[in-house]
Amino acid sequence: MAKIVNFTIDGKDCIAEEGLYLVQAAKNNGVYIPTLCNYEGIKPKGSCRICTVRINGRLMTSCTTPISDGMKIESNTEEINDLRKAIIELLFVEGNHFCPACEKSGNCELQALAYRFKIMVPRYPYTFPQRRVDASNPKIIKEQNRCIMCKRCIRAIKDEQGRSLFAYKKRGHKSEVVLDPVLGLQMSDELARKAMAVCPVGSILVREQGFIQPIGTRKFDKKPIGSEIEMSQPTK
Amino acid sequence: MSKPVIATTSLAGCFGCHMSILDIDEKILDLIELVEFNKSPIDDIKHFTKQCDIGLIEGGCCNSENIHVLREFREHCKILVSVGECAIMGGLPAFRNGIPVKECLREAYLLSPSVQANHEYIIPNDEDIPMILDKVYPCHEIVKIDYFLPGCPPRAELIWEALVALIKNRPMDLPYEVIKFD
Amino acid sequence: MVASVTSILEKYNKDKTRLMDILLEIQEAFGYISSEAVNEIARCCNISTVDVQQTISFYHFFTQKPTGKYTVYLNNSVVANMMGREQIKETFERETGTKFGQVSEDGLFGLFDTSCIGMNDQEPSAIINGKVFTNLTPFRVKELVRGMREGKDVEELMVEGYGDGNNGNKLVRSMVMNNIRRKGPILDDNYTPGIVIWKKLPTMTPEQVIAEVKASNIKGRGGAGFPTGLKWEFCRRAKGDRKFIFCNADEGEPGTFKDRVILTERPKLLFEGMVIAAYAVGATEGILYVRHEYKYLQKHLESILQGARERNLLGKDIGGIKGFNFDIRIQFGAGAYVCGEESALIESAEGKRGEPRDRPPFPVEKGYLDYPTVVNNVETLCAVVKVMLNGGEWYRSFGTQDSTGTKLLSVSGDCKYPGVYEVEWGFSVYDILGMVGATPDVQAVQVGGPSGTLLAPVEFRRILGYEDLATGGSIIIFGKHRDLLKDVVLNFTEFFIDESCGSCSTCRIMPVVLRNKLLKILNGKGVIKDIDDMLEWAKVLKASRCGLGQTAANPIVSSIKNFRHLYEQRVRMDTDFDSGFNLAESVKDYIEASGRVIVE
Repeated sequence: MAKIVNFTIDGKDCIAEEGLYLVQAAKNNGVYIPTLCNYEGIKPKGSCRICTVRINGRLMTSCTTPISDGMKIESNTEEINDLRKAIIELLFVEGNHFCPACEKSGNCELQALAYRFKIMVPRYPYTFPQRRVDASNPKIIKEQNRCIMCKRCIRAIKDEQGRSLFAYKKRGHKSEVVLDPVLGLQMSDELARKAMAVCPVGSILVREQGFIQPIGTRKFDKKPIGSEIEMSQPTK
Repeated sequence: MSKPVIATTSLAGCFGCHMSILDIDEKILDLIELVEFNKSPIDDIKHFTKQCDIGLIEGGCCNSENIHVLREFREHCKILVSVGECAIMGGLPAFRNGIPVKECLREAYLLSPSVQANHEYIIPNDEDIPMILDKVYPCHEIVKIDYFLPGCPPRAELIWEALVALIKNRPMDLPYEVIKFD
Repeated sequence: MVASVTSILEKYNKDKTRLMDILLEIQEAFGYISSEAVNEIARCCNISTVDVQQTISFYHFFTQKPTGKYTVYLNNSVVANMMGREQIKETFERETGTKFGQVSEDGLFGLFDTSCIGMNDQEPSAIINGKVFTNLTPFRVKELVRGMREGKDVEELMVEGYGDGNNGNKLVRSMVMNNIRRKGPILDDNYTPGIVIWKKLPTMTPEQVIAEVKASNIKGRGGAGFPTGLKWEFCRRAKGDRKFIFCNADEGEPGTFKDRVILTERPKLLFEGMVIAAYAVGATEGILYVRHEYKYLQKHLESILQGARERNLLGKDIGGIKGFNFDIRIQFGAGAYVCGEESALIESAEGKRGEPRDRPPFPVEKGYLDYPTVVNNVETLCAVVKVMLNGGEWYRSFGTQDSTGTKLLSVSGDCKYPGVYEVEWGFSVYDILGMVGATPDVQAVQVGGPSGTLLAPVEFRRILGYEDLATGGSIIIFGKHRDLLKDVVLNFTEFFIDESCGSCSTCRIMPVVLRNKLLKILNGKGVIKDIDDMLEWAKVLKASRCGLGQTAANPIVSSIKNFRHLYEQRVRMDTDFDSGFNLAESVKDYIEASGRVIVE
């Protein structure tokens, strides 16, 4: 059995199995650390940086850092929360996020984080980039205006031979997540649904699935993202 | 003490945010007790007749007239509030922002299948109509905006609470369900 | 074409971890990587085509379209601009009838910009079909283009003669100059290759080697300054069936070119350093990762490696030590600054996009192909040979207490003697300015390249060393007549925008936001708040994964700190709000499209 270690998050005493990623270890202790590019069951990437915390004084991402004994973690502090807010705002101005017209609205994690952090308007100017919509695939639509480059789909969606259906093209602010035109055609309905489910925003849409849930019944209509963790009892 | 004076306008908006103001139901009677309206579609006053305390802006800026009106509001109002997604980030009209305005105009007036009567093949250019901007601008990228009320439209409770908070100079404490972007 | 692509793939056993080499060979053979080639690679390596494209599109020198019979990559570094790049660019465009970023209709010329190519001491310079052309003048450009129109081979275009030292070597044949201005232990001519391998290593255990390196107190010369002995010790202790020694010769920090000089003049010293490292940590394989811009040194480096194998300085039972087997291969990059970050360099060598990894785990535990890996800078590995030869104590006699030994500086900009200087740590900026013949009216000195600091004269007493100005060695001098914000800060910021890998949201977006803010100020639309916003907003970059992201705002932040008056001179003082919006500008397109008559 793995060794049990002690650590603190914002002064709260916590315990977890050594080596568990901090996000998970925190969750098991009823502490929510906001994440966006992280997705349970796939390899962490640490690309959105929203789960950044201070560990013994250093900024590190909690989705990629294994927990070890004696870590002193600062998470819910003014500095860290403003950093997270700033990153969410950056993601909003980077793409074209028109929530009122988005199929994922109400179920979108980016939007939910903005709600949680009470963001009324981003502090940065909008960039209104020129992006395209790839509707060439018969099953799914890749809406580049809304892609936040979290790369969850790249890591999670593979065919039977382990080949990636999605990939990251170019670099820097010109980067885009693209669907393989050939493998995309062979995608099963199940894989298409999985792709839409792993996408935190409305960038991967299964056709004829938009707006099926009425307002008021969607995932983040009533309760903030992360509240289920904060309400939960710490697990042993 | 005289009542606070409010002005409202809809720039590149759909009047949905104004509808949401009216959606405060019977509290509209309280509102009339609390404030006085100046330039606004609600009372149909076309021009500012005095300095106002609060200006509520619906819609972003898609043409030269929007810019003019917005600047006028900034001059006449102590506090300016962007109401709704269009004022905050351009909203639906800003869908065109990724496309050069020349292409938009050609598509709208010359090439689109629905264009049938434009025999002279012109893009409207009468000197009396507003000029189209290169993109739709959020209001705070034109003038200084003091507060933002998101939503499409912002929930009536949000508008009500925010107005009361501003008038009575007290902090807003809103339930989670009220601040939404859609 | 497909047949030869297949044979290239077979040469690398259809191994997707060798994708960089596969792509480099295809690019070199055909001038671009066609979609047929992409499909063939995907099929043979059993990966998706987008997977191949994500690597291709990451690197500046990989292209999916032909780039012209003569492909010109003109350096656009700050110093290139200072030395007259604009005129060179115009001349190329005029003479070829082609714009930069394009290929001429007849397919003869392709003109492209590129980040610093490591020739800051001989700018303006360009890479044409893999060969470096330095000190370009409009007259020379005309001659070059004429020669290209005549169909001359790129070798024939080099009429100036060859550079000094090994640049004239038949395997190099380059007009690049070394410009070595000051020598110390590393650049010392008095060196017998293999002396440590033959005389020292057989008498020492790996632990003793590590102890000697630790005793020297040498730290990594790339700029981060991690103690070399400690790194080796971690790797020695790490469990792994295979271990790797990487030499990082991806020097991409604008203004740095000292590794180019070492690769040209002291490759034997470098390889001996890698052998020592291998002995110390128990590695069997070494990889020298060289930036693509130095590909003209490939044959030279490979012949040195071959010579070392023949002399038993590489291969089996090296130096007669039973069971000590080690060999080195050269891995070229393909144009990506971020690959200078050690974990990005490893990713790249594995055939992937050069995106830095999250740590932990560190490369010494899980590096190349997940095996324990040491990544050391070129200069570090060279210095280690001298440490072994003369002892750690001798090495400590150079430099300061915290920064032992010497440092190679790459000096460029407004000075009489640009080039490479080997100095002891502890020199002040003043000392350097005097040594290099800087113009008397120095306005600023950039220490450590764009990711470093822009110093004002009041700080010229500061010293180079890990305790003060830690640096990879790039020193760029700016005279009074330079426009620091427009010519330096903007260029550096755009460099970071172009070179971000795009993985972290912070580094992908923030530099663009800051650049736009800077442009607003340069366009006379800034207000005081914009200056403070930039300082405040830049903080988010500290949450980026690697050094590139963390330092991407340094040009702006350090210039605001040290030259705030330059910003204040350019912002509006009559208002505290200006969004930068310009009505006349924003209705221009509408007026043009509609033919609207404007009545004033």
